Amino acid sequence: MIPGSFEYHRPGSVAEATGLLARLGDDARILAGGHSLIPMMKLRMAAPGHLVDLQHIVALRGIAREGGEIVIGAMTTQHELIASDELAAAAPLIREAALQIADPQVRYMGTIGGNVANGDPGNDMPGVMQCLDASFELTGPGGTRRVAAREFYQSAFVTARAEVEILTHIRFPAPQSGHGHAYLKQKRKIGDYATAAASVLLTKSGGKCTGASIALTNLKDTPIHVGDAGLAGTDLGEAAQATAVAGMQAAIDPSSDSRGPAEFKRHVAGVILRRAIALAAARAG
Amino acid sequence: MAKLHVKLTVNGRPVEALAEPRTLLIHLLREELGLTGPHIGCDTSHCGACTVDMDGKSVKSCTVFVGQADGAEIRTIEGIANTDGTLHVLQEMFREHHGLQCGFCTPGMITRAYRLLKENPNPSEAEVRFGISGNLCRCTGYQNIVKAIMAAAATLNAQKEAAE
Repeated sequence: MIPGSFEYHRPGSVAEATGLLARLGDDARILAGGHSLIPMMKLRMAAPGHLVDLQHIVALRGIAREGGEIVIGAMTTQHELIASDELAAAAPLIREAALQIADPQVRYMGTIGGNVANGDPGNDMPGVMQCLDASFELTGPGGTRRVAAREFYQSAFVTARAEVEILTHIRFPAPQSGHGHAYLKQKRKIGDYATAAASVLLTKSGGKCTGASIALTNLKDTPIHVGDAGLAGTDLGEAAQATAVAGMQAAIDPSSDSRGPAEFKRHVAGVILRRAIALAAARAG
Repeated sequence: MAKLHVKLTVNGRPVEALAEPRTLLIHLLREELGLTGPHIGCDTSHCGACTVDMDGKSVKSCTVFVGQADGAEIRTIEGIANTDGTLHVLQEMFREHHGLQCGFCTPGMITRAYRLLKENPNPSEAEVRFGISGNLCRCTGYQNIVKAIMAAAATLNAQKEAAE
């Protein structure tokens, strides 16, 4: 399958890239790893006249710690996220999620920036970023602003990012040491999007949950953050898990598709969330 | 549309080409360079038959534009054999363990396994299975492919030890 014709641009800096986007208007698309966009272009469901490839912008790569915050460049690949032992030590949720995205070849090319900016409800990192309370740095001709991941997603493929803006960095507060984490994803096969997936972060003290953050993936047209889902102050046992699942059920809105009827997805979401809470609770020290 | 002038190193050989920006790497390799080892299977980035090595990464060349590959070092199945023409250990082990039937997925499987063993020279069976999960085989049920890769890892490690 051959995509439509386009002109290829490879800027060397963010300023050059935003200049191109401003000049070319909505006929231009940003190319990160390309593993969502290129398949759409091959199917001619996307036919941009210009591609602005960000791969040569060095400032968009890498993982750093700035004080209590972790900063990830948007062009950092899923493979690089998985390979980073520092990141895995600080926020193991990200490696756990990245390992469940697509397959090895796609993870060498796919980037965290593309994953969060595309606005695809099936993507895993948006929910993970909501769970971590990340914010996204957006740079456009008018400067740079930050938008919280929890405010970023408006509907499927519609986000707070303007067409002339580039999502350059992702920042989140390093989770408290000793926290428990889990990213559990039910999928039909390697490479599939989630039938249902849950991100859980929580802290414990003296057998009681002292704080939690939970987000769900592919159960609505946006990721869904459900706060602590009532877990704070509980013993994280079966009753607490049941309360969290009931709260989650009220917040999700799955649609029936090739992954099953909506009722089946609700069932899977309940199973996944219970298991994710139990796993995170067992990991919390 | 202006054509792109791209320069790559393919199997150790410098290559230049003029190509439309929409040209996918697999088409450049197969149609311009005559390297028909990488196959077009699904053409939707699922099957992995088009896998090549690009700057030390396994990529599905049906989902990479030539512009993205500009300046890259590419290795295809044609560049896996030893320089003296003898088979690479992976190729030997696929033959030895009957790691193929129809052979369609084999170039992608071996090219992927080549990178997997570079990154993880001593993988467990589970790591091999996870490592080739982006490559589909419709004949073998994977058993013999996994055996071949495990055997290649053991042979390569033994060769390395003998050399030290």
